[in-house]
Amino acid sequence: MTMLYQHISARFLAWGNSCMTGHTTLLLLLAGPLWLLIYLNLALAADTLVALLPIEPHSHLAESLRFFVYETPKVLMLLTAIVMIMGMVNTWFTPERTRAMLSGRHEGMGNMLAALLGVVTPFCSCSAVPLFIGFVQAGVPLGVTFSFLVAAPMVNEVALTLLFALLGWKVALLYMILGLSIAMVAGWIMGRMHMEVYLEDWVRDMARISADFRANEMTLAQRLHAGIAAMKDIVGRVALYVVAGVAVGAGIHGYVPQSAMATLMGAEASWWSVPAAILVGVPMYANAAGIVPVVEALLSKGAALGTVLAFMMSVIALSVPEMVILRKVLKLRLIMLFAAVVAGGILLVGYVFNAVL
Amino acid sequence: MKQFRVLGSGCASCKQTMAMIEQVAAQRGVAIGLEKVESLQQIVAYGVLSTPAVVLDGVVVHAGGIPAREQVEQWLA
Repeated sequence: MTMLYQHISARFLAWGNSCMTGHTTLLLLLAGPLWLLIYLNLALAADTLVALLPIEPHSHLAESLRFFVYETPKVLMLLTAIVMIMGMVNTWFTPERTRAMLSGRHEGMGNMLAALLGVVTPFCSCSAVPLFIGFVQAGVPLGVTFSFLVAAPMVNEVALTLLFALLGWKVALLYMILGLSIAMVAGWIMGRMHMEVYLEDWVRDMARISADFRANEMTLAQRLHAGIAAMKDIVGRVALYVVAGVAVGAGIHGYVPQSAMATLMGAEASWWSVPAAILVGVPMYANAAGIVPVVEALLSKGAALGTVLAFMMSVIALSVPEMVILRKVLKLRLIMLFAAVVAGGILLVGYVFNAVL
Repeated sequence: MKQFRVLGSGCASCKQTMAMIEQVAAQRGVAIGLEKVESLQQIVAYGVLSTPAVVLDGVVVHAGGIPAREQVEQWLA
């Protein structure tokens, strides 16, 4: 399976590279309308395809298959388009520029700006340490840095696209607002607690540097190429998660009885369902692409929105591997506090939503 | 001889970056020195915020992703 996947993505990359040299713009102009045409006809195509198969209509298998055949291409197509556009937007918000914008900011406004910039600045958890150090070195307050570090992985284009595709724009917007709020407040609290002493010694003793940056003047064509590169990179990386996630979701759709989740994760479930969802979520290391289809399926089986959102946020925002990486620059106490504050915010979001909705 | 250093803590894109520089250099028949820097202290010392980053003769020429092939060819020209 992995071999096959690697083979396919290698072919895809090779194809992409050969296109890059040629008339990229022309190709994109043609691709746009074609994309729209296919996207608008996906439901019809999925229905037709499932009807052609020798399966009893409306059976468990037919329901599962239809979900899979319709949602997989839909999510992948939306993801491709949005990741490409965000790849272009990202070229305006390099980490260097974001750092310059945040350097010397005060708490409050700084936390807000950091959370917002976290959405549009490209971020990969493998770069978390250099980024963290670079921010602190250039005089970005610790709490503001944390706001960025919480928002960047949690509120990103992949998560939002999947929420939009599977659960609609209201849930996507809600997730964005809640994620940003948690990032702002958690960062602000951590800033108030003056945790600078719990940085690892070598980080604390580093020389300060200025946050000046040279604006990289890119042409529009270069930004377009960056968008295409981001699309190939990110879609290539998450495609397998999307397919796996939708497959699990499809299974839940077809085979798990309606309202099976109501007692376990529903609004009437006991008080511990939200903390339990968070505890289950933390050790899980999946990205948004894999988790949203499962979330959608759980919701359709009677789980409450607050509990499910809390689960999703804890899977994405609090991951053990990232904490292991951050351990190189933060003392254990600060990491524990970081996890506790973010988990507290997620807990609050879960409870409030279950109470309000 | 041009000295390349690829900065990164062992992620897949760092390896791809190394491979690409090696490949382009071999194609053009240019002799280069290529070295991988994984130590965080050293990476941070170059002031990069995102990896993989490429250092050419002591100067950071690229950061935050696999460089475009055209870019690698420019460095070797």
